[in-house]
Amino acid sequence: MRAGMMRWLRDNKALAAGLVITVSIVVLALLSLFWVPMSPTKMNIAQKLKGPLENGFSSGLLGKDHFGRDIASMLMVGARYSLTVALASVAIGAMIGTALGVTAAARPGFTGAALGRLNDAIFALPPILSAIMLGALMGPGTTTAILAIGTFMIPVFARVTRGAAMQVRARDYILAARMAGEGEVTITLLHVIPNIASQIIVQVAIQLAMAILTEAGLSFLGLGTPPPAPSWGRMLADSQTYLLKAPHMALAPGLAIALAVLGFNLLGDGLSRLIDPRRRIER
Amino acid sequence: MLRTLARRLAGLVATLALISLALFLIIEVLPGDPAAIMLGTSAQADTLAALRHQMGLDEPAIARYLGWVGGMLHGDFGISYSYGVPVSQLIGERLAVTGPLTLMATLISLLIAIPLGVFAASRPGRIVDQGATLFSQLGIAVPNFWIGLLLLMALSLHLGWFPASGFDGWDHGFWQGLHALFLPALAMAVPQAAILARVTRASVIDVMNEDFVRTARAKGLSRSRALWRHVVPNALVPVATMLGLQISYLLAGAVLVENIFSLPGMGRLAYQALAQRDLVVIKNVVLLFAVIVIVVNLAVDALYLLLDPRLRGRS
Amino acid sequence: MSASIARTLPFFSARPAVLLSALMAASALSLALASPAYATRSDLKIGMSIEPAGLDPTIAAPVAIGQVTWQNIFEGLVRLTEKGEIKPQLAKSWTISPDGLTYSFTLQPGVTFSNGEAFTSETAKFTLDRARGEKSVNPQKRFFAAIDSIETPDATTLVLHLKEPAGNLLYHLTWPAAVMVEPKSADNDKTNPVGTGPFTLKSWTKGDRLELTARKDYWDKDKKVALSDITFRFINDPQAQVAALKGGDVDAFPELGAPELFDGFKDDKKFIAYAGNTELKVVAGMNTARPPFNDKRVRQALMMAVDRATLIEGAWSGLGTPIGSHYTPNDPGYVDETGKLPYDPEKAKALLKEAGYGKGLTFSIKAPQMSYATRTSEVLQAMLADVGVTMNIVPTEFPAKWLPEVFKGHDFDMTIVAHAEPMDIDIYSRPDYYFGYQNPAFNDTIATAEKTTDDAKRAELYGAAQTMLAEDVPALYLYVLPKLGIWDAKLEGLWKDEPIPSNDLTGVHWKD
Repeated sequence: MRAGMMRWLRDNKALAAGLVITVSIVVLALLSLFWVPMSPTKMNIAQKLKGPLENGFSSGLLGKDHFGRDIASMLMVGARYSLTVALASVAIGAMIGTALGVTAAARPGFTGAALGRLNDAIFALPPILSAIMLGALMGPGTTTAILAIGTFMIPVFARVTRGAAMQVRARDYILAARMAGEGEVTITLLHVIPNIASQIIVQVAIQLAMAILTEAGLSFLGLGTPPPAPSWGRMLADSQTYLLKAPHMALAPGLAIALAVLGFNLLGDGLSRLIDPRRRIER
Repeated sequence: MLRTLARRLAGLVATLALISLALFLIIEVLPGDPAAIMLGTSAQADTLAALRHQMGLDEPAIARYLGWVGGMLHGDFGISYSYGVPVSQLIGERLAVTGPLTLMATLISLLIAIPLGVFAASRPGRIVDQGATLFSQLGIAVPNFWIGLLLLMALSLHLGWFPASGFDGWDHGFWQGLHALFLPALAMAVPQAAILARVTRASVIDVMNEDFVRTARAKGLSRSRALWRHVVPNALVPVATMLGLQISYLLAGAVLVENIFSLPGMGRLAYQALAQRDLVVIKNVVLLFAVIVIVVNLAVDALYLLLDPRLRGRS
Repeated sequence: MSASIARTLPFFSARPAVLLSALMAASALSLALASPAYATRSDLKIGMSIEPAGLDPTIAAPVAIGQVTWQNIFEGLVRLTEKGEIKPQLAKSWTISPDGLTYSFTLQPGVTFSNGEAFTSETAKFTLDRARGEKSVNPQKRFFAAIDSIETPDATTLVLHLKEPAGNLLYHLTWPAAVMVEPKSADNDKTNPVGTGPFTLKSWTKGDRLELTARKDYWDKDKKVALSDITFRFINDPQAQVAALKGGDVDAFPELGAPELFDGFKDDKKFIAYAGNTELKVVAGMNTARPPFNDKRVRQALMMAVDRATLIEGAWSGLGTPIGSHYTPNDPGYVDETGKLPYDPEKAKALLKEAGYGKGLTFSIKAPQMSYATRTSEVLQAMLADVGVTMNIVPTEFPAKWLPEVFKGHDFDMTIVAHAEPMDIDIYSRPDYYFGYQNPAFNDTIATAEKTTDDAKRAELYGAAQTMLAEDVPALYLYVLPKLGIWDAKLEGLWKDEPIPSNDLTGVHWKD
């Protein structure tokens, strides 16, 4: 039993590491709903820019920001916003993208070509620029961030699922189902999607990482969740002019972002190896 | 092969028409009146009306859309509201920065990624491989604007090896230009290199397992010769595809990095134009970005056909 | 070391200590030793955060336009000094009739524009007619509304007949929006400005820099213009601004973007760091036309919940001057009203309870993206939370979204913005202005002040107006943003304070 677990761990190092990192972040985010070391919004101007433990525990484990707020607590609460935006946007991208992808695979004619063009059109716009435009249109905020990121996940999922669905459709059992008189919708729902689900799951993990990264970029530009809700990207933006005086302000959120992205990427890698050891990672 | 390309070209035109219409509609509903932004908070109703007339904003939307598309076909992209000069001139000036910057970032990323990926793949599981994996995982995970900030701090502000901001143009010499663009290009290149190194490694491993490589090895070809002669050229096809797919992210990265390094490039132009609601500039710049992405991907597809004769019959 | 030597020499710009420039500096050093009598520098590289939108201040409002062109390229009939005094410029003298309805200007003879055209009373008439005419797109057209007709009896005499007395007319004629332009070139001033000033545009690399060069035929021989070449560099990121200063890419940054970076220059002997006065009044305007802010007690309570000193410390590193009304200490007739509703959270709570908000009050603030606005909102949010008030921050893009939503649409509870226009207390009397403030007594006071040509009397009236605002608080009066000027210690003549947003470089020179 124990030996088996050790072997599994050795064979699935990436998956294990990814799981540990992501689960820890999720746990910390959930914990922040009930408990944080200090208030993440309470200002204490007298304590501003204090380094980690500079004044003992009163200046916090990771120090204070430019308003004297506790950075550790802000990071915990910030994880919640980061994860929410990432999950919601990937959900949008995965659902719409998969729908488009399997439809395009089922109807290779005009519909498929039209969907392909739509995909190309969305894909051709650099994500940050379009997000800035969307921000200008709707005003910055959580919803804007989710929609902007979600939209850019659509072509990614559409591409992956279309390719995978086409492969599945070439298999004999689809032909058999069609012979048995099953409609295209039934075939797609009952035979195609279940057979490409594993690839979608892998893609979800990888795109979660991308979403966290993009959300940080948007918040960095001031297009994310508004204050006082702490967001990792905005914390980085705030830290920019204090780099020399208070480097801890920049290091903590930067590391948090990198760790979260790393966690989800490892998870995606590990899953894809688990499902198909020879499959390459598509991004 | 020609037919494939012709079909792709037709698709390209359709995609561009779709993008131009979508862009125009978005800009149409974008809150913010360019005339009001120009004239500020003390503007009177009559001056606003006069300026809107001068800018042609009082014409109906359809006329303005057709005017834009028609003008573009003649090479006339309109006059920037804020600078008062032709947009084509502005874009030309900015491309002289963003073009070399993006190229340089691509080159740097390839120079890092291909050797790293190939070495990692040729010694799977060894220390080189693990190091390469670590690099690519971290390189993907760290935001490029963050790398830009750190590079700026360390190499420009502390060590003074590179200029911290701005770009003196190419008049002062080619090398000085490259020198000024090196740090931002590096910041853009690191995440790209990370992704490309991964693709290279996976691709090389795939190709090494193919029959023709085994045959070559069986015929007595040395390992490194087989690697560089047969494996690498074939393994580069997916790398080129990934490069094409990433161009959109690379250009997006340019928006952030140009802002951090105060470079007068296309990304910063788009960002500023949006803030000032210089609508003429926004729509043309964003469209140009889209054209670049589409053309690069088309070029990659064409390259694909050239590199991989097996695909010529297909699709 | 090598960099600082290079900077004192002409033709050598100090760049970061790269090998190449170090070598250049070394050779420059030997050159300097060989010939001890070298000339003082006459070039200047000056940094600005925001690039101007065109170069014609008479057709667009952005202050960056005036900050490049005013006094350097364009001049007015009258000018404003660093102290805020009105002085003759293209008009060498003037008389005002006792009824305040006729202004007669005697113009400078022998003045030419940079395209060779002469400046005469006809040119002045053209400029004013262009600004007040039907097709005018002048951002300050209202300044010229009082003018009824213009006469030009001879080439050096300009007579303005007014519809009603306008006490601020001369002051308004000093503004960038009132500079003199010339008929043949006026339409192209946006890209190729032609003025009577000592400098002309040499080149403009959009998004990066703009170069001016001195005119040989400048009319005012009394003015000792020492600079021959000026480069404006546009650097938006505060960190990059500091880097450019330290690396010698710019010699001066008259308005540094981030106060927390200002301290770093105080101990640096190579630079002078001076926090001067500006006209940028940071006020949190309230929509007094609708609840909860139609109740004066609520507005007063919020004012008393604000500890201005802590707010300035938190939001702007303690650099900023508290104000109690819509007026800055450098304007004539300033009255200190910061003591009217002093920080008193207990009293604030009591007043809120009296107004029916004892159980709490929730509203939103539309905050623009500029860092002073977001930071001040964040501190304000925390301070108001202490008296049981929940203020939600709604980031609102300025100016694109702010103008239609807040300024024009009046769809807001509270907003925050730095009012940049000098002496603009009259905005509270303008009908339909965004505060929705209506006070007939205040309107009368402003109207009387505007018609008063006696300076002392006018100042007194503005004092009364300030007191009314401090009592009614249609906006939370917070602080005046400082002008965080940093320049090379060898540079002299830059404005320390700014009674009007500008970079008047005509008096700037290098010490030998």
